[in-house]
Amino acid sequence: MAAPAKSANSATVNHPEAPSSVQNLTIGKALNLGLRKAMEDNDKVLILGEDVGKLGGVFRITDGLQKDFGEQRVLDTPLAESGIIGTAVGLAVRGFRPVCEIQFEGFIFPGFDQINSQLAKLHYRTQGKIKMPVVIRVPYGGGIGAVEHHSESPESLFAHLAGLKVVSCANPVDAYWMIQQAITSDDPILFFEPKRLYHSGALKAPVDTAATPEPLHKSRVIRQGTAATLVGYGPSVQVCLDAATAASSEGTELEVIDLRSLSPLDLAPVFDSVRRTGRLIAVNEAPSESSLTSEIVARVQQECFYSLEAPAMRVTGFDTPYPPAKLEEHYLPDLDRVLHAVDRAMNW
Amino acid sequence: MSSPEQWAHPDQGAESAATTVQPTPEQVIAGLRATTEGGADLIQLLTPEGERVPSPIFDPYVADVDIESLRELYRDMVIVRRADREANAMQRQGQLGIWVPLLGQEAAQIGSGRALLSNDMAFPSYREHGVGYARGVDFKELLGIFRCSDQGQWDFARHGFHPYTIVIGNQVLNACGYAMGQKFEGKVGNPESSGGENEATICYFGDGATSQGDVHEGFVWAAVYDAPLVFFCQNNQWAISEPTERQSRLPLYQRARGYGFPGMRVDGNDVLGCLAVTRWALDACRNGNGPVLIEAFTYRMDAHTTTDDPTRYRLSDELEAWKLKDPIERVRVHLTRNGGADADFFAEVDKAADDFAAELREFCFTMPDPPPERIFSNVYAEPSPVLDAERDEFLSYLDGFATAGGER
Repeated sequence: MAAPAKSANSATVNHPEAPSSVQNLTIGKALNLGLRKAMEDNDKVLILGEDVGKLGGVFRITDGLQKDFGEQRVLDTPLAESGIIGTAVGLAVRGFRPVCEIQFEGFIFPGFDQINSQLAKLHYRTQGKIKMPVVIRVPYGGGIGAVEHHSESPESLFAHLAGLKVVSCANPVDAYWMIQQAITSDDPILFFEPKRLYHSGALKAPVDTAATPEPLHKSRVIRQGTAATLVGYGPSVQVCLDAATAASSEGTELEVIDLRSLSPLDLAPVFDSVRRTGRLIAVNEAPSESSLTSEIVARVQQECFYSLEAPAMRVTGFDTPYPPAKLEEHYLPDLDRVLHAVDRAMNW
Repeated sequence: MSSPEQWAHPDQGAESAATTVQPTPEQVIAGLRATTEGGADLIQLLTPEGERVPSPIFDPYVADVDIESLRELYRDMVIVRRADREANAMQRQGQLGIWVPLLGQEAAQIGSGRALLSNDMAFPSYREHGVGYARGVDFKELLGIFRCSDQGQWDFARHGFHPYTIVIGNQVLNACGYAMGQKFEGKVGNPESSGGENEATICYFGDGATSQGDVHEGFVWAAVYDAPLVFFCQNNQWAISEPTERQSRLPLYQRARGYGFPGMRVDGNDVLGCLAVTRWALDACRNGNGPVLIEAFTYRMDAHTTTDDPTRYRLSDELEAWKLKDPIERVRVHLTRNGGADADFFAEVDKAADDFAAELREFCFTMPDPPPERIFSNVYAEPSPVLDAERDEFLSYLDGFATAGGER
């Protein structure tokens, strides 16, 4: 990636080759800096969660924030997810902008009632008299060799709830900007973070904190190709990119789209792509039935019916609970399963 | 208020039941059964017979309540009851989809509602029509919810009265968050001399809700964050068909001790008692000594809602016994006996209540149905092209009927 242009205040730049606004970050560190920036920008932003204070969260995403912003802005809460979200709702009524951390996606369900019944509906119930600028950060996905409830992908359960928005970042630049955009939004947002990529050195990327970010609820073509369209989000984006790289070495150019926003969906770029490639392979770690990929496939057949050269395909987790982690390499969509689906689509 | 041993009754020493050794099983059952007796710990300023009972602790909190104020409390309760009966009747006529009667709980709601100051915030469940009235919400604005034409549209911030919450117990955590916010904003514990404005929050829930995890979590959170929150539990003895002993082995107010804050039981049919105890509790919260649990021991004299049939699960004897403790009648007797009001006053109040009901009725009958596009409005704060498209498609589908000669 080329170094971005120097910012206007580049007088203070120490390294002439890169402006000071550019830092090489992991997804985890980018989230940390994004949260810090959001807290600096607005003193109504609070962080609530288990172990988010001194410990900095079990993944260290809130590292150092309590030290710098104090215990009234970074709250180590009692161990009660309904409490975290239920009080965040009340704090939002009072005018705060709470950012909740759920430790692992498998623990969000005690809070599901508050998310569904209050967080998602108060704006509609009151016809806009009460806003719910609440962000719920959820580390999700598998591949970390963990015990039960630490590797799931429940995002479609939330994308199904009217009144909520759902996004997922897949790289450090998006991590830095999307978390800030979610916090600035006046709507409640479930922010799904690909936990196995938090500290991936391979995904480290230069983040220009002076850049202008893209809108939050836009999908993005991240690799251009002609043979087929791969659509993924969160942890699946990297799988799609790896598959595209492998296919390219054999002469097949795959287009890859990072969905970014799971609700609302921005499928126009997907339709455009499929109209060119004629083939769709949608990828997610969640079980296939009634998943985000179900929705993508349904909408693509509706919008691109005459362009399709093969049925729209899906590569997903299986319709089982998440298996013991010794089996997760089989459960998780990987490069081979994606390429297998590409082959089927190409040879239809 | 120096130690938990005195919390059950502020300043009453260590003899209160909340702090004595384990109650016997017989005591537990006696304390829980749907009964007319609130037990030895019941705080009461006005007996069912209309006798004023002195209370060194709570009298100061109603020292300003002269005959005129008591007449106003009486008027509030009569109007709220009359409106409640009118709404119930309108449901029977098919004008409301459902009604949730408050009959019998007027004192608990008016007493606690009138204890609030304008900066305080109240989080109701769905039966708190009386509290809403006390907060200045036009009773008409409650009807849309039950006519199913809206979901509550009063000015929540101006009235300090949050939307109704239908999922049992959810509002307790929401209220707790709001109260935490009051504290974070420095609206708690400011000395009077500083001129600082203190605030508190009250949340309403019933005996059934005390079994919900959210209420437990609300107790825990409010306690550990010292939130200025009054938990106002109207124990009306019945959670639809389930009596209080299906929710607890312990009188509900005594649960507070386990969470580390004061709990007290007030005669929920005593408007003066409810006013005094709630003022005490709100003061404690504003001064930074919250939270507080109040159990208002009362009785749901009508059904859970208009869809309910209490004859299937309780005896009418019980209702007859509670009628003797009617919240309005005791104020009437007290006023009469003390020369505070004559027949003209009571007739005037009844007339005002009838007028209020007639106005309510006329309003309800002429309420317009919401237009179809209302389905799609305000799902999100930010623009939603997806929903705009869905709305436009549906409206154009509806228009197709008009074009075809039908009526939309």
